[in-house]
Amino acid sequence: MNAINPASAHRDSKGRPLVAVTGLGIVTSLGQGKETNWEALTAGKSGIHRIERFPTQGLRTTIGGTVDFLFDGSFTAPQLSEKLATLAAQEAIGQSGLGQPGDFPGELFMAVPPVEMEWPQKQEMAATVEGDVDYDVLLKVASTGKFAPMHELFVFAGVADHIADRFGTRGSPISLSTACSSGATAIQMGVEAIRRGETSAALCIGTDGSIHAEALIRFSLLSALSTQNDPPEGASKPFSKNRDGFVMGEGAGALVLEDYDHALARGATILGIVAGCGERGDGFHRTRSSPDGKPAILAMQDALADAGLTPDDVDYINAHGTSTPENDKMEAMSCAAVFGERMPNLPISSNKSMVGHTLTAAGAVEAVISFLTIANGTIPPTINYNVPDPAIALDVVPNTAREAKVKTVLSNSFGFGGQNTCLVLTAPPEAA
Amino acid sequence: MQRDVVITGVGLASSLGEGIETHAAALGDGTALVVDTTSFAPYPVHPLKPLELDRQIPKKSDQRQMEPWQRLGVYTAGLALDSAGLKEDAEAKAALQVIVAAGGGERDHAVDSAILTDMRGAGDPGSFLNERLMGDLRPTLFLAQLSNLLAGNIGIVHGITGASRTFMGEEQSGVDAIRIAHARIASGQAETILVGGSYNAERRDMLLLFELGGYLRQGGFAPVFARDDAPGLISGSASAFLVLESAERAAARGARAHARLGAVAAARSKRQPGTVEAALRGLLAELGTVSAGALAISAATGVAGITAEEAAAIASLPQARRVATGDLVGHAVEAAFPVSVALAAAALSKGQTQEAVVTGAGHWRGEGAAHLLKA
Repeated sequence: MNAINPASAHRDSKGRPLVAVTGLGIVTSLGQGKETNWEALTAGKSGIHRIERFPTQGLRTTIGGTVDFLFDGSFTAPQLSEKLATLAAQEAIGQSGLGQPGDFPGELFMAVPPVEMEWPQKQEMAATVEGDVDYDVLLKVASTGKFAPMHELFVFAGVADHIADRFGTRGSPISLSTACSSGATAIQMGVEAIRRGETSAALCIGTDGSIHAEALIRFSLLSALSTQNDPPEGASKPFSKNRDGFVMGEGAGALVLEDYDHALARGATILGIVAGCGERGDGFHRTRSSPDGKPAILAMQDALADAGLTPDDVDYINAHGTSTPENDKMEAMSCAAVFGERMPNLPISSNKSMVGHTLTAAGAVEAVISFLTIANGTIPPTINYNVPDPAIALDVVPNTAREAKVKTVLSNSFGFGGQNTCLVLTAPPEAA
Repeated sequence: MQRDVVITGVGLASSLGEGIETHAAALGDGTALVVDTTSFAPYPVHPLKPLELDRQIPKKSDQRQMEPWQRLGVYTAGLALDSAGLKEDAEAKAALQVIVAAGGGERDHAVDSAILTDMRGAGDPGSFLNERLMGDLRPTLFLAQLSNLLAGNIGIVHGITGASRTFMGEEQSGVDAIRIAHARIASGQAETILVGGSYNAERRDMLLLFELGGYLRQGGFAPVFARDDAPGLISGSASAFLVLESAERAAARGARAHARLGAVAAARSKRQPGTVEAALRGLLAELGTVSAGALAISAATGVAGITAEEAAAIASLPQARRVATGDLVGHAVEAAFPVSVALAAAALSKGQTQEAVVTGAGHWRGEGAAHLLKA
């Protein structure tokens, strides 16, 4: 760690190191890289399309924001998740200029989808024997050692281990899940490590490339997905009256976080500050949020308090906005509780209207987009907003991007299992 | 700011039974271990001693919505809350943070087997798979499979509304869960954290993942450090949860500390012969001075090579008494390190030792160490 003179060190309102962002990377169904994504997002373009990766006959939902431009042949969820993370991390580290190739001087915090052996691999094993197949048969096949690479492919630590190897991150890499708020949690853990002074930099990644038949069917059986398959690009319609579920998406977001003084000392360009984080659990239900929105309200308030800011300081909310009937209603109500009479005029938009719900990656993908929003002074719209929900009085930045001076963003992530994580993301300090 | 961190709650459940007393007794006199060598033959397994679930999970509807690994974890988390005197403290539970080291959920083995068998004759395997999964998967099974839903269920059943985080990544997730919990409390970022893991060994889907890589011992039981004839891990159903707390807060509320958690360290060596020993020696050095005669509890797997390297690293501690967690309760993967730390806390709590060191090397990746002292 570079020596920082304590007398000249910059500290936040609580006396902690400021956490700067010096690199950003993103891949979604809209494409690879910040420029491609930003162009599409501000043009109100959708990345949702008919799924061609696997047969969709007999399924209620046949659309998704799959990332189809990275592999020629077949692949598994961990392989795509790793590829997405690699591309996003390369872009972020490249922008930050921190370290050397393969030698990133900081820790790794990664939100990765829970993976497990997939059907094609089980079928491949089953094809080597005759007769009925059960797990005892598969175990016998496994004991031949012929399928050994599948172990490394499907262990939970695998994706982060490969990323740690590739980028040369320090220490024991963290693979984490807080369901749909995982990406935000990865960022929060990086912030905490830098504030503790354990590391001067952190590579925080959220990645998810897990759209396969069973994953889609599982969400479908919970009635969580939109079934308005035609046209695919119209299905994700957060905050609209006719919203009927989320659309699964894939992607990755990567952020290089750095002690602000460390970044200044090496002359890095500061893209923004992760000013505050808030998280709350919800002991209410496994898939539903507390109807009173209390945990979401507290998570937003905690994030603002952690940043030393008030609701009046927020210029824009990057919504969780999944397009499920329940989430969007709860989120609108919770925002109204936090922001009061400002809320009808405070812009709030959902990136998920265009890229779908990138699940494990969403918090990181949307944090990257939030910093692009700050940098460009343009708010990406909520597309497909044609039938307003009279019960939700929000300025969702409908259908068309809007120019606006945005210095402070509140980014919301709410997930199954009562996970609520909010981040306060701000513009770089003006006079450093 | 670096504050002392103490362990005020210990929850433990395994093939030996539950609670500090049972496990401390096993540490003391080598209680007869429980191994099932037939149900999953040729793979021995330490089966969970059945729990009276109603004692920690009163609602049958909650029990039904969980799979065994979740019920075991929720139950053990309840033991830890009881042990810390926090179970009925709504205010404390609203502020309590949770970190869980979790694996994946359990497959429906019957459904998988039937689909794989029937798919052989299917003309269009893709459509066939869709049809069968849509028809045969229980909708709620997904919720029993999501890794973060152990934490979610702990929140629901025990009324914890503080935030939870779930770490994944086999053995190392258990090391990092305790490392991060300790760091957050020591630095003042949190006051009280419930941290632990849970593993159900009685499932062929996980045996399959390990056997693919050749990591399982076949045949009968042999001690972790004496498996040269047939190296490999013997998995065991077990769970441990700890309540970690700043010493100030524990003192302020009059809670008894079972032990002080002095330090926790983790590494990821690029596995080559000798790297595990070097990594563990490095981590032991980070723990600070270890007194002669400390209790050394090892979460070693029994896997070839790395187990002997861990033994060599432990042997560098002066006159340490070495105990392998696997010899008592089997290898509990994500829960292996938390169980080992809980055993150390139990030994300190019962006055069996004044100081303990915990080590562990994951079957494939990750090394960890912890230092516990008399509170």
